[in-house]
Amino acid sequence: MTASGTCGFGQEIADFVDLSKLGGVVMKGTTLKHREGNDYPRMAETPSGMLNAVGLQNKGVDNFVKNIYPTIKDVDSNFIVNVNGSTIEEYVELTERINELDKIPAIELNISCPNVKEGGMAFGVSCPSAEAVVKAVRAVYSKPLIVKLSPNVTNIAEIAKAVEGQGADSVSLVNTFLGMAVDAESRKPVLSTITGGLSGPAIKPIALRMVWQVAQAVKVPVIGMGGIMNATDAIEFMLAGATAVQVGTAIFIDPTIPLQIVDGINDYLERHKFSSVNEIIGALQV
Amino acid sequence: MRKTVQELLLVENTQLNHDNFRLVLQSESELPPIYPGQFVNVEIKKASEIFLRRPFSILDIDPAKKQFSLLVKILGRGSKVLTTYEAGDKISVIYPLGNGFKMPEPTDKVLLIGGGSGVAPMLFLSKVCGLNTDQVHVLLGARSDKDHVDISAYKANGNFYFTTEDGSLGEKGFVTNHPVYKSKLSEFDKVYTCGPNPMMKAVAADAAKAGVFCEVSLENMMACGFGVCLCCVEKTTSGHKCVCTDGPVFNINDLTWQI
Repeated sequence: MTASGTCGFGQEIADFVDLSKLGGVVMKGTTLKHREGNDYPRMAETPSGMLNAVGLQNKGVDNFVKNIYPTIKDVDSNFIVNVNGSTIEEYVELTERINELDKIPAIELNISCPNVKEGGMAFGVSCPSAEAVVKAVRAVYSKPLIVKLSPNVTNIAEIAKAVEGQGADSVSLVNTFLGMAVDAESRKPVLSTITGGLSGPAIKPIALRMVWQVAQAVKVPVIGMGGIMNATDAIEFMLAGATAVQVGTAIFIDPTIPLQIVDGINDYLERHKFSSVNEIIGALQV
Repeated sequence: MRKTVQELLLVENTQLNHDNFRLVLQSESELPPIYPGQFVNVEIKKASEIFLRRPFSILDIDPAKKQFSLLVKILGRGSKVLTTYEAGDKISVIYPLGNGFKMPEPTDKVLLIGGGSGVAPMLFLSKVCGLNTDQVHVLLGARSDKDHVDISAYKANGNFYFTTEDGSLGEKGFVTNHPVYKSKLSEFDKVYTCGPNPMMKAVAADAAKAGVFCEVSLENMMACGFGVCLCCVEKTTSGHKCVCTDGPVFNINDLTWQI
Protein backbone atom coordinates (compact mmCIF):
# COMPACT_ATOMS: atom_id res chain seq x y z
CA MET A 1 0.00 0.00 0.00
CA THR A 2 0.99 3.60 -0.29
CA ALA A 3 1.16 5.44 3.03
CA SER A 4 -1.06 8.35 3.91
CA GLY A 5 0.31 11.77 3.07
CA THR A 6 2.65 10.49 0.39
CA CYS A 7 0.34 9.80 -2.54
CA GLY A 8 -2.38 12.45 -2.33
CA PHE A 9 -5.67 10.75 -3.17
CA GLY A 10 -4.08 8.36 -5.62
CA GLN A 11 -4.67 10.32 -8.81
CA GLU A 12 -1.56 12.39 -8.15
CA ILE A 13 0.61 9.32 -8.75
CA ALA A 14 -1.54 7.72 -11.44
CA ASP A 15 0.84 9.01 -14.14
CA PHE A 16 3.53 6.80 -12.65
CA VAL A 17 1.77 3.69 -11.35
CA ASP A 18 -1.19 1.52 -12.20
CA LEU A 19 -3.12 1.93 -8.96
CA SER A 20 -4.91 -1.38 -9.49
CA LYS A 21 -1.60 -3.18 -9.00
CA LEU A 22 -1.23 -1.83 -5.47
CA GLY A 23 -2.70 -3.52 -2.42
CA GLY A 24 -4.24 -0.22 -1.53
CA VAL A 25 -3.92 3.52 -1.45
CA VAL A 26 -4.12 5.16 1.96
CA MET A 27 -5.15 8.66 1.07
CA LYS A 28 -4.02 12.00 2.48
CA GLY A 29 -5.22 12.60 6.05
CA THR A 30 -8.76 13.91 6.01
CA THR A 31 -10.53 16.04 8.60
CA LEU A 32 -14.11 17.22 9.02
CA LYS A 33 -13.28 20.78 8.11
CA HIS A 34 -10.83 22.33 5.65
CA ARG A 35 -7.34 22.73 7.12
CA GLU A 36 -4.70 25.06 5.69
CA GLY A 37 -1.90 23.18 7.42
CA ASN A 38 1.20 24.79 8.88
CA ASP A 39 3.19 27.68 7.47
CA TYR A 40 6.10 27.20 5.09
CA PRO A 41 8.81 25.96 5.61
CA ARG A 42 7.36 22.56 6.29
CA MET A 43 10.18 20.30 5.23
CA ALA A 44 13.80 19.68 6.11
CA GLU A 45 16.05 17.13 4.50
CA THR A 46 17.97 15.18 7.13
CA PRO A 47 20.50 12.34 6.96
CA SER A 48 18.74 9.42 5.21
CA GLY A 49 15.38 11.02 5.65
CA MET A 50 13.31 14.13 6.03
CA LEU A 51 11.22 16.04 8.51
CA ASN A 52 7.79 17.26 7.56
CA ALA A 53 5.39 19.57 9.32
CA VAL A 54 2.54 19.70 6.84
CA GLY A 55 -0.11 19.67 9.56
CA LEU A 56 -2.90 17.73 7.83
CA GLN A 57 -3.54 20.24 5.06
CA ASN A 58 -6.71 19.04 3.34
CA LYS A 59 -9.96 20.46 2.04
CA GLY A 60 -12.20 18.63 4.47
CA VAL A 61 -14.65 15.76 4.16
CA ASP A 62 -17.29 17.66 2.17
CA ASN A 63 -14.76 18.27 -0.57
CA PHE A 64 -13.64 14.64 -0.37
CA VAL A 65 -17.18 13.32 -0.79
CA LYS A 66 -18.09 15.77 -3.53
CA ASN A 67 -14.90 16.09 -5.57
CA ILE A 68 -12.50 13.26 -4.76
CA TYR A 69 -14.70 10.23 -4.16
CA PRO A 70 -16.37 10.39 -7.60
CA THR A 71 -12.94 10.28 -9.25
CA ILE A 72 -11.76 7.19 -7.37
CA LYS A 73 -14.86 5.12 -6.79
CA ASP A 74 -14.57 3.29 -10.08
CA VAL A 75 -10.81 2.81 -9.97
CA ASP A 76 -9.88 -0.78 -9.23
CA SER A 77 -7.91 -0.39 -6.01
CA ASN A 78 -8.54 -0.20 -2.26
CA PHE A 79 -8.83 3.47 -1.37
CA ILE A 80 -8.53 3.82 2.39
CA VAL A 81 -9.40 7.08 4.12
CA ASN A 82 -6.98 8.29 6.80
CA VAL A 83 -9.31 9.73 9.45
CA ASN A 84 -8.22 12.58 11.74
CA GLY A 85 -9.85 14.69 14.41
CA SER A 86 -9.21 17.16 17.20
CA THR A 87 -11.82 15.54 19.43
CA ILE A 88 -13.42 12.12 19.71
CA GLU A 89 -16.65 13.62 18.41
CA GLU A 90 -14.85 14.79 15.26
CA TYR A 91 -13.36 11.33 14.65
CA VAL A 92 -16.82 9.79 15.03
CA GLU A 93 -18.59 12.30 12.81
CA LEU A 94 -15.97 11.97 10.08
CA THR A 95 -16.09 8.18 10.28
CA GLU A 96 -19.87 8.27 9.89
CA ARG A 97 -19.49 10.37 6.76
CA ILE A 98 -16.96 7.95 5.30
CA ASN A 99 -19.12 4.97 6.28
CA GLU A 100 -21.72 6.19 3.79
CA LEU A 101 -19.28 5.72 0.91
CA ASP A 102 -19.68 2.20 -0.49
CA LYS A 103 -16.35 2.06 -2.31
CA ILE A 104 -14.22 2.89 0.72
CA PRO A 105 -13.40 -0.57 2.09
CA ALA A 106 -11.65 0.54 5.29
CA ILE A 107 -10.45 3.50 7.30
CA GLU A 108 -7.12 4.15 8.93
CA LEU A 109 -7.69 5.97 12.20
CA ASN A 110 -4.80 8.37 12.59
CA ILE A 111 -4.08 8.86 16.28
CA SER A 112 -0.46 9.67 15.62
CA CYS A 113 -0.02 12.86 13.58
CA PRO A 114 2.79 14.80 15.30
CA ASN A 115 2.14 18.05 13.44
CA VAL A 116 -1.18 19.31 14.76
CA LYS A 117 -1.77 21.25 17.95
CA GLU A 118 -5.00 19.55 18.95
CA GLY A 119 -5.85 15.86 18.74
CA GLY A 120 -3.61 13.87 16.43
CA MET A 121 -0.77 12.27 18.31
CA ALA A 122 -2.24 13.25 21.68
CA PHE A 123 -4.73 10.40 21.30
CA GLY A 124 -2.08 7.88 20.43
CA VAL A 125 0.39 8.31 23.26
CA SER A 126 -1.62 6.90 26.13
CA CYS A 127 -3.69 3.73 26.43
CA PRO A 128 -6.83 5.37 27.89
CA SER A 129 -7.08 8.06 25.18
CA ALA A 130 -6.30 5.59 22.39
CA GLU A 131 -8.91 3.21 23.77
CA ALA A 132 -11.51 5.95 24.04
CA VAL A 133 -11.22 7.09 20.42
CA VAL A 134 -11.09 3.57 19.00
CA LYS A 135 -14.08 2.49 21.08
CA ALA A 136 -16.14 5.47 19.90
CA VAL A 137 -15.26 4.96 16.24
CA ARG A 138 -15.74 1.19 16.43
CA ALA A 139 -19.28 1.78 17.63
CA VAL A 140 -20.21 3.53 14.37
CA TYR A 141 -18.05 1.67 11.86
CA SER A 142 -18.36 -1.99 11.00
CA LYS A 143 -15.95 -2.20 8.07
CA PRO A 144 -12.23 -2.89 8.63
CA LEU A 145 -10.77 -0.40 11.10
CA ILE A 146 -7.01 0.13 10.97
CA VAL A 147 -5.45 2.20 13.74
CA LYS A 148 -2.24 4.05 12.88
CA LEU A 149 0.09 4.15 15.85
CA SER A 150 2.62 6.70 16.99
CA PRO A 151 6.19 5.62 17.67
CA ASN A 152 6.58 8.52 20.10
CA VAL A 153 5.66 6.35 23.08
CA THR A 154 7.46 4.36 25.73
CA ASN A 155 5.80 1.06 24.89
CA ILE A 156 4.08 0.82 21.53
CA ALA A 157 3.01 -2.79 22.11
CA GLU A 158 0.85 -1.68 25.05
CA ILE A 159 -0.92 0.89 22.87
CA ALA A 160 -1.41 -1.74 20.16
CA LYS A 161 -2.93 -4.15 22.67
CA ALA A 162 -5.17 -1.41 24.01
CA VAL A 163 -6.64 -0.56 20.60
CA GLU A 164 -6.96 -4.24 19.74
CA GLY A 165 -8.96 -4.60 22.93
CA GLN A 166 -11.39 -1.97 21.68
CA GLY A 167 -12.01 -3.79 18.43
CA ALA A 168 -9.38 -2.50 16.01
CA ASP A 169 -9.10 -4.93 13.08
CA SER A 170 -5.52 -4.00 12.34
CA VAL A 171 -2.77 -1.66 13.48
CA SER A 172 -0.45 0.23 11.15
CA LEU A 173 2.89 1.48 12.38
CA VAL A 174 4.86 3.59 12.54
CA ASN A 175 3.84 7.17 11.93
CA THR A 176 6.72 9.66 11.94
CA PHE A 177 9.08 10.26 14.83
CA LEU A 178 9.02 13.69 16.41
CA GLY A 179 12.24 15.45 15.47
CA MET A 180 13.70 18.83 14.66
CA ALA A 181 16.26 20.55 12.49
CA VAL A 182 18.29 23.65 13.27
CA ASP A 183 19.97 26.07 10.87
CA ALA A 184 23.22 26.86 12.66
CA GLU A 185 24.01 29.84 10.43
CA SER A 186 20.76 31.68 11.11
CA ARG A 187 20.40 30.15 14.59
CA LYS A 188 16.78 29.38 13.77
CA PRO A 189 14.72 26.21 13.49
CA VAL A 190 14.33 25.04 9.88
CA LEU A 191 10.62 24.26 10.26
CA SER A 192 8.01 26.92 10.95
CA THR A 193 6.64 24.65 13.67
CA ILE A 194 10.12 24.02 15.17
CA THR A 195 9.44 20.27 15.40
CA GLY A 196 8.21 17.89 12.73
CA GLY A 197 7.86 14.23 11.84
CA LEU A 198 10.92 12.26 10.77
CA SER A 199 10.54 9.64 8.03
CA GLY A 200 12.73 7.76 5.59
CA PRO A 201 15.44 5.09 5.96
CA ALA A 202 16.76 6.87 9.07
CA ILE A 203 13.86 5.45 11.06
CA LYS A 204 13.76 1.97 9.55
CA PRO A 205 15.60 0.03 12.25
CA ILE A 206 13.41 1.53 14.98
CA ALA A 207 10.22 0.98 12.98
CA LEU A 208 11.25 -2.61 12.33
CA ARG A 209 11.86 -3.18 16.04
CA MET A 210 8.44 -1.73 16.87
CA VAL A 211 6.68 -3.86 14.26
CA TRP A 212 8.42 -6.90 15.70
CA GLN A 213 7.33 -6.02 19.25
CA VAL A 214 3.74 -5.27 18.24
CA ALA A 215 3.45 -8.42 16.12
CA GLN A 216 4.43 -10.43 19.20
CA ALA A 217 1.83 -8.65 21.31
CA VAL A 218 -1.34 -8.62 19.20
CA LYS A 219 -3.38 -11.11 17.21
CA VAL A 220 -4.72 -8.67 14.62
CA PRO A 221 -2.76 -8.10 11.39
CA VAL A 222 0.06 -5.58 11.60
CA ILE A 223 0.77 -3.19 8.73
CA GLY A 224 4.42 -2.22 8.84
CA MET A 225 5.99 0.98 7.60
CA GLY A 226 8.92 3.27 8.28
CA GLY A 227 11.68 3.93 5.78
CA ILE A 228 10.82 1.16 3.31
CA MET A 229 12.71 2.01 0.10
CA ASN A 230 12.80 -1.33 -1.71
CA ALA A 231 11.51 -4.91 -1.73
CA THR A 232 14.19 -6.12 0.69
CA ASP A 233 13.09 -3.54 3.25
CA ALA A 234 9.47 -4.63 2.79
CA ILE A 235 10.37 -8.30 3.20
CA GLU A 236 12.25 -7.49 6.41
CA PHE A 237 9.09 -5.95 7.86
CA MET A 238 7.06 -8.98 6.81
CA LEU A 239 9.55 -11.37 8.34
CA ALA A 240 9.28 -9.31 11.54
CA GLY A 241 5.54 -9.92 11.54
CA ALA A 242 3.90 -7.40 9.21
CA THR A 243 1.02 -8.83 7.16
CA ALA A 244 1.23 -5.88 4.80
CA VAL A 245 3.48 -2.88 4.36
CA GLN A 246 3.03 0.75 3.46
CA VAL A 247 5.50 2.72 1.42
CA GLY A 248 5.64 6.44 2.06
CA THR A 249 8.61 8.74 1.79
CA ALA A 250 10.15 6.55 -0.93
CA ILE A 251 7.37 7.76 -3.24
CA PHE A 252 8.83 11.28 -3.06
CA ILE A 253 12.09 9.93 -4.45
CA ASP A 254 10.50 7.68 -7.04
CA PRO A 255 6.74 7.13 -7.31
CA THR A 256 7.30 3.86 -9.15
CA ILE A 257 8.94 2.28 -6.07
CA PRO A 258 5.69 0.76 -4.70
CA LEU A 259 5.26 -1.35 -7.84
CA GLN A 260 8.95 -2.22 -7.90
CA ILE A 261 8.43 -3.55 -4.37
CA VAL A 262 5.47 -5.68 -5.45
CA ASP A 263 7.61 -7.23 -8.19
CA GLY A 264 10.58 -7.60 -5.85
CA ILE A 265 8.53 -9.47 -3.24
CA ASN A 266 7.34 -11.88 -5.93
CA ASP A 267 10.92 -12.44 -7.07
CA TYR A 268 11.97 -13.14 -3.49
CA LEU A 269 9.17 -15.66 -2.97
CA GLU A 270 10.13 -17.45 -6.18
CA ARG A 271 13.83 -17.44 -5.35
CA HIS A 272 13.20 -18.90 -1.89
CA LYS A 273 10.52 -21.27 -3.19
CA PHE A 274 7.67 -19.95 -1.08
CA SER A 275 4.25 -20.67 -2.53
CA SER A 276 2.54 -17.77 -0.81
CA VAL A 277 3.47 -14.45 0.72
CA ASN A 278 1.78 -15.66 3.91
CA GLU A 279 4.72 -18.01 4.44
CA ILE A 280 7.09 -15.13 5.12
CA ILE A 281 4.89 -13.21 7.56
CA GLY A 282 6.51 -13.48 10.96
CA ALA A 283 8.91 -16.09 9.60
CA LEU A 284 11.93 -14.52 11.25
CA GLN A 285 14.13 -17.29 12.62
CA VAL A 286 15.32 -16.29 16.07
CA MET B 1 0.31 16.19 -19.32
CA ARG B 2 1.84 12.88 -18.38
CA LYS B 3 4.78 12.98 -15.98
CA THR B 4 7.37 10.24 -16.05
CA VAL B 5 10.39 8.94 -14.16
CA GLN B 6 13.12 8.25 -16.68
CA GLU B 7 16.78 7.35 -16.71
CA LEU B 8 18.20 9.93 -19.11
CA LEU B 9 21.58 9.97 -20.77
CA LEU B 10 23.79 12.93 -19.99
CA VAL B 11 25.23 13.89 -23.36
CA GLU B 12 26.96 17.11 -22.39
CA ASN B 13 28.13 18.89 -19.26
CA THR B 14 29.64 22.27 -20.07
CA GLN B 15 31.00 24.68 -17.52
CA LEU B 16 29.65 28.14 -18.39
CA ASN B 17 31.37 30.14 -15.68
CA HIS B 18 32.80 29.61 -12.21
CA ASP B 19 29.58 28.15 -10.78
CA ASN B 20 27.18 27.55 -13.69
CA PHE B 21 27.01 24.43 -15.82
CA ARG B 22 24.81 23.40 -18.71
CA LEU B 23 23.73 19.76 -18.61
CA VAL B 24 22.15 18.29 -21.72
CA LEU B 25 20.01 15.20 -21.15
CA GLN B 26 18.72 12.85 -23.80
CA SER B 27 15.67 10.62 -23.66
CA GLU B 28 15.27 7.35 -25.55
CA SER B 29 11.69 8.27 -26.34
CA GLU B 30 10.08 11.38 -27.79
CA LEU B 31 10.10 14.30 -25.39
CA PRO B 32 6.73 15.25 -23.97
CA PRO B 33 5.65 18.85 -24.61
CA ILE B 34 7.78 21.07 -22.35
CA TYR B 35 7.09 24.75 -21.72
CA PRO B 36 9.19 27.58 -20.27
CA GLY B 37 8.81 27.68 -16.50
CA GLN B 38 8.51 23.93 -16.14
CA PHE B 39 11.10 22.01 -14.18
CA VAL B 40 12.55 18.57 -13.56
CA ASN B 41 13.40 16.76 -10.33
CA VAL B 42 16.80 15.11 -10.50
CA GLU B 43 18.14 12.23 -8.44
CA ILE B 44 21.77 12.78 -7.48
CA LYS B 45 22.82 9.20 -6.81
CA LYS B 46 26.54 9.95 -6.79
CA ALA B 47 26.07 11.65 -3.44
CA SER B 48 24.58 8.95 -1.22
CA GLU B 49 24.06 11.45 1.62
CA ILE B 50 21.61 13.40 -0.51
CA PHE B 51 18.22 11.86 0.14
CA LEU B 52 15.79 13.94 -1.89
CA ARG B 53 15.84 14.89 -5.55
CA ARG B 54 16.78 18.43 -6.53
CA PRO B 55 14.56 20.57 -8.77
CA PHE B 56 16.01 22.45 -11.75
CA SER B 57 14.36 24.72 -14.30
CA ILE B 58 14.51 23.68 -17.91
CA LEU B 59 16.88 25.88 -19.90
CA ASP B 60 16.06 24.69 -23.38
CA ILE B 61 14.66 21.83 -25.43
CA ASP B 62 15.65 20.17 -28.68
CA PRO B 63 12.77 17.81 -29.53
CA ALA B 64 14.45 16.61 -32.75
CA LYS B 65 17.36 15.23 -30.71
CA LYS B 66 15.07 14.19 -27.81
CA GLN B 67 17.18 16.45 -25.62
CA PHE B 68 16.64 19.16 -23.07
CA SER B 69 19.12 21.15 -21.04
CA LEU B 70 19.38 22.41 -17.50
CA LEU B 71 21.30 25.34 -16.10
CA VAL B 72 22.87 24.07 -12.89
CA LYS B 73 24.20 26.74 -10.56
CA ILE B 74 26.21 25.45 -7.62
CA LEU B 75 24.26 26.41 -4.54
CA GLY B 76 24.82 23.46 -2.23
CA ARG B 77 26.03 19.91 -2.05
CA GLY B 78 23.38 18.54 -4.43
CA SER B 79 24.00 20.94 -7.28
CA LYS B 80 27.76 20.66 -6.75
CA VAL B 81 27.76 16.89 -7.12
CA LEU B 82 25.44 17.09 -10.13
CA THR B 83 28.00 19.25 -11.92
CA THR B 84 30.57 16.43 -11.58
CA TYR B 85 28.51 14.07 -13.76
CA GLU B 86 30.09 13.29 -17.10
CA ALA B 87 28.76 12.67 -20.58
CA GLY B 88 27.65 9.06 -20.76
CA ASP B 89 26.31 8.99 -17.19
CA LYS B 90 22.66 8.10 -16.61
CA ILE B 91 20.56 10.40 -14.45
CA SER B 92 17.09 9.64 -13.10
CA VAL B 93 14.76 12.53 -13.78
CA ILE B 94 11.06 13.10 -13.05
CA TYR B 95 9.61 15.44 -15.66
CA PRO B 96 8.02 17.59 -16.94
CA LEU B 97 6.82 19.19 -13.71
CA GLY B 98 4.81 22.30 -12.91
CA ASN B 99 3.10 24.84 -15.11
CA GLY B 100 4.81 27.18 -17.49
CA PHE B 101 4.39 30.90 -18.02
CA LYS B 102 1.27 32.27 -19.68
CA MET B 103 2.43 32.91 -23.21
CA PRO B 104 2.27 36.50 -24.50
CA GLU B 105 -0.17 37.65 -27.17
CA PRO B 106 1.34 38.36 -30.62
CA THR B 107 1.06 42.10 -30.01
CA ASP B 108 2.54 42.07 -26.51
CA LYS B 109 5.73 43.79 -25.48
CA VAL B 110 7.37 41.70 -22.80
CA LEU B 111 10.11 42.09 -20.20
CA LEU B 112 11.85 39.00 -18.89
CA ILE B 113 13.85 39.52 -15.69
CA GLY B 114 16.22 36.83 -14.46
CA GLY B 115 18.72 36.53 -11.66
CA GLY B 116 20.82 33.63 -10.37
CA SER B 117 19.56 30.25 -11.52
CA GLY B 118 16.34 32.05 -12.51
CA VAL B 119 18.09 33.01 -15.73
CA ALA B 120 17.31 29.55 -17.17
CA PRO B 121 13.54 29.81 -17.61
CA MET B 122 13.90 33.39 -18.87
CA LEU B 123 16.24 32.30 -21.66
CA PHE B 124 13.89 29.45 -22.57
CA LEU B 125 10.94 31.84 -22.54
CA SER B 126 12.80 34.34 -24.74
CA LYS B 127 13.23 31.60 -27.29
CA VAL B 128 9.68 30.33 -27.47
CA CYS B 129 7.47 33.31 -26.75
CA GLY B 130 7.16 33.73 -30.49
CA LEU B 131 7.36 37.51 -30.72
CA ASN B 132 9.36 39.84 -32.93
CA THR B 133 12.65 40.60 -31.29
CA ASP B 134 11.77 44.26 -30.79
CA GLN B 135 9.00 43.17 -28.45
CA VAL B 136 11.18 40.91 -26.28
CA HIS B 137 13.40 42.52 -23.66
CA VAL B 138 15.50 40.38 -21.36
CA LEU B 139 17.09 41.90 -18.27
CA LEU B 140 19.57 39.73 -16.41
CA GLY B 141 21.16 40.61 -13.09
CA ALA B 142 24.16 39.19 -11.25
CA ARG B 143 26.72 40.21 -8.67
CA SER B 144 29.53 40.57 -11.14
CA ASP B 145 30.53 40.01 -14.77
CA LYS B 146 31.94 36.59 -13.86
CA ASP B 147 28.53 35.48 -12.54
CA HIS B 148 26.74 36.09 -15.85
CA VAL B 149 26.48 33.21 -18.30
CA ASP B 150 27.10 33.51 -22.02
CA ILE B 151 23.74 34.19 -23.68
CA SER B 152 24.99 34.40 -27.26
CA ALA B 153 22.83 31.44 -28.30
CA TYR B 154 19.75 33.40 -27.23
CA LYS B 155 20.76 36.87 -28.37
CA ALA B 156 18.67 36.74 -31.53
CA ASN B 157 15.52 36.24 -29.44
CA GLY B 158 15.34 39.81 -28.17
CA ASN B 159 17.11 42.76 -26.63
CA PHE B 160 19.38 41.81 -23.78
CA TYR B 161 20.38 44.06 -20.87
CA PHE B 162 22.65 43.33 -17.96
CA THR B 163 23.18 44.65 -14.49
CA THR B 164 25.92 43.83 -12.02
CA GLU B 165 26.19 44.89 -8.42
CA ASP B 166 29.83 45.89 -8.93
CA GLY B 167 29.31 47.54 -12.31
CA SER B 168 31.65 45.12 -14.12
CA LEU B 169 29.04 44.45 -16.82
CA GLY B 170 26.13 46.58 -17.95
CA GLU B 171 24.38 48.87 -15.53
CA LYS B 172 25.67 49.04 -11.98
CA GLY B 173 23.20 47.90 -9.33
CA PHE B 174 20.18 45.60 -9.27
CA VAL B 175 17.86 44.81 -12.17
CA THR B 176 15.46 47.38 -10.72
CA ASN B 177 18.11 50.07 -11.31
CA HIS B 178 18.32 49.48 -15.06
CA PRO B 179 16.87 52.25 -17.28
CA VAL B 180 14.80 49.77 -19.33
CA TYR B 181 13.09 48.82 -16.10
CA LYS B 182 13.11 52.08 -14.16
CA SER B 183 11.66 54.39 -16.71
CA LYS B 184 9.68 52.06 -18.93
CA LEU B 185 8.06 49.32 -16.86
CA SER B 186 4.54 50.54 -17.58
CA GLU B 187 5.22 50.29 -21.32
CA PHE B 188 5.33 46.52 -21.10
CA ASP B 189 2.27 44.33 -21.48
CA LYS B 190 3.74 41.44 -19.58
CA VAL B 191 6.60 41.10 -17.11
CA TYR B 192 8.01 37.68 -16.22
CA THR B 193 10.60 37.08 -13.54
CA CYS B 194 12.53 34.27 -11.92
CA GLY B 195 15.35 34.60 -9.42
CA PRO B 196 16.04 35.39 -5.79
CA ASN B 197 12.91 36.23 -3.79
CA PRO B 198 13.95 39.81 -2.91
CA MET B 199 14.41 40.52 -6.63
CA MET B 200 11.07 38.99 -7.57
CA LYS B 201 9.30 40.84 -4.75
CA ALA B 202 10.79 44.16 -5.87
CA VAL B 203 9.68 43.49 -9.45
CA ALA B 204 6.24 42.34 -8.31
CA ALA B 205 5.78 45.50 -6.25
CA ASP B 206 6.69 47.77 -9.15
CA ALA B 207 4.60 45.79 -11.65
CA ALA B 208 1.61 45.91 -9.30
CA LYS B 209 2.05 49.66 -8.91
CA ALA B 210 2.31 50.10 -12.67
CA GLY B 211 -0.68 47.83 -13.24
CA VAL B 212 1.33 45.51 -15.48
CA PHE B 213 0.63 41.79 -15.82
CA CYS B 214 3.39 39.99 -13.94
CA GLU B 215 4.24 36.36 -13.37
CA VAL B 216 6.90 35.08 -10.99
CA SER B 217 8.42 31.62 -10.79
CA LEU B 218 8.98 30.44 -7.22
CA GLU B 219 11.62 28.08 -5.89
CA ASN B 220 10.20 26.88 -2.55
CA MET B 221 11.87 23.81 -1.07
CA MET B 222 10.11 20.63 -2.09
CA ALA B 223 10.40 16.91 -1.50
CA CYS B 224 8.44 15.27 -4.33
CA GLY B 225 7.84 17.80 -7.12
CA PHE B 226 4.52 16.29 -8.18
CA GLY B 227 2.03 17.39 -5.56
CA VAL B 228 1.94 14.70 -2.91
CA CYS B 229 4.23 15.86 -0.09
CA LEU B 230 2.57 19.28 0.27
CA CYS B 231 5.84 20.75 1.55
CA CYS B 232 6.51 23.51 -1.01
CA VAL B 233 3.37 25.51 -0.29
CA GLU B 234 3.03 29.23 -0.91
CA LYS B 235 0.30 31.34 0.64
CA THR B 236 -2.06 32.57 -2.05
CA THR B 237 -5.33 34.44 -2.10
CA SER B 238 -7.02 31.04 -2.20
CA GLY B 239 -4.97 29.41 0.56
CA HIS B 240 -1.85 27.28 0.48
CA LYS B 241 -0.91 26.17 -3.01
CA CYS B 242 1.84 23.75 -4.01
CA VAL B 243 4.62 25.49 -5.91
CA CYS B 244 5.33 22.21 -7.73
CA THR B 245 1.86 21.58 -9.18
CA ASP B 246 -0.07 24.86 -8.86
CA GLY B 247 3.11 26.78 -9.79
CA PRO B 248 6.00 27.26 -9.94
CA VAL B 249 4.68 30.16 -12.02
CA PHE B 250 2.19 32.40 -10.22
CA ASN B 251 0.49 35.62 -11.22
CA ILE B 252 1.42 38.21 -8.60
CA ASN B 253 -2.28 38.95 -8.06
CA ASP B 254 -2.70 35.45 -6.65
CA LEU B 255 0.10 35.80 -4.08
CA THR B 256 -0.14 37.36 -0.65
CA TRP B 257 3.25 39.06 -0.74
CA GLN B 258 3.36 42.28 1.26
CA ILE B 259 4.36 44.45 -1.68
